[in-house]
Amino acid sequence: MIRSEILKEIAPILRDQLVVCNIGIPSQELHAIDDQPTNFYMLGTMGLASSIGLGLALVQPKPVIAIDGDGSVLTNLGTLPTIANNTANNFILLIIDNGSYGSTGDQPTYAGQKTSLAAVATACGCDHVVECQAEDTGKVLQEALDSSEMTVIVCKCESGNAKNPVITMDPVVIRDRFMKAVQA
Amino acid sequence: MDINKKITDDLVANDISFVTTVPCKQLAGVIDEIDNCDEIYHIPSNKEDEGMGLCAGAFMGGKRPAIIMQNTAIGVTINTLATLIQYYRMPLPMLISYRGELREPVACQVEMAVHTKALLAQMNIPTYHFHHQKDVEELDMILKYTFMCNKPVAILTDANFWGGYGDQ
Repeated sequence: MIRSEILKEIAPILRDQLVVCNIGIPSQELHAIDDQPTNFYMLGTMGLASSIGLGLALVQPKPVIAIDGDGSVLTNLGTLPTIANNTANNFILLIIDNGSYGSTGDQPTYAGQKTSLAAVATACGCDHVVECQAEDTGKVLQEALDSSEMTVIVCKCESGNAKNPVITMDPVVIRDRFMKAVQA
Repeated sequence: MDINKKITDDLVANDISFVTTVPCKQLAGVIDEIDNCDEIYHIPSNKEDEGMGLCAGAFMGGKRPAIIMQNTAIGVTINTLATLIQYYRMPLPMLISYRGELREPVACQVEMAVHTKALLAQMNIPTYHFHHQKDVEELDMILKYTFMCNKPVAILTDANFWGGYGDQ
């Protein structure tokens, strides 16, 4: 399975949650599969989906799912100790780990080689870390939501991208409708 | 006047309840004060761009954020300021330790100091420079201005403002 197939499968779970989605093709795929006001699409700033998601989860009670990639987490590895030491039990970090920089031509990342992001997250102090295969993502994500415990999910999948148009929505519109959805 | 307390009181009075920090020796006192303040959730970050991500999330969750960092961080955060904070039009007060100015003992700090105001000007970021302790009286107005215009705003605070850097 590639990322877009996973997103299609978990779209019914994501629909009712606040979602902060990673820059580039992941946001384009989610936008094409199931655009919702509860989705915050990152149009730039690689690496910060997990930080934005954590900040959001810490200040309000609704569940927040940050959809990140292995390359983006490697860009902002400092996020994992911050997550571990600032518990927000309404926060799920879903790392879709396809071992490549998908948006830039599928160059391999170190997470697809010797580096285990699940082991890194555990070493950083994250208490609930689940590594799963792509096919099990929906089940693991639903369990994490039901557990009401801060969870880091590392979902191992194949490299590859669906072809979708870029998001042309104005960033202020994305932000404004997302903030209204947070407050709804 | 205790400037650490004055700064913290102004943050609280302006309903700022989420503050991220990356430390600097000059900022140690105000970071302590914020850490001990019940009205503020203090979340140290490992890098300033990460901190701006946390602030963006907190803002979208309905809280007013602020970041406290050193001016070297301007070199780290240009992309985040442009593509997150400015692009999505978010307010962000940035209380910045202005290292490399008068009374600075560490020569390398001057290397970023000479770029600091130019970079902020290039980014069209409203910038204030606290050089004397009395300058802190403007902080309340600067915070109100920041949340009025939904922009990142820089408050540079140099060694003279903090009463010197050590005893050099």
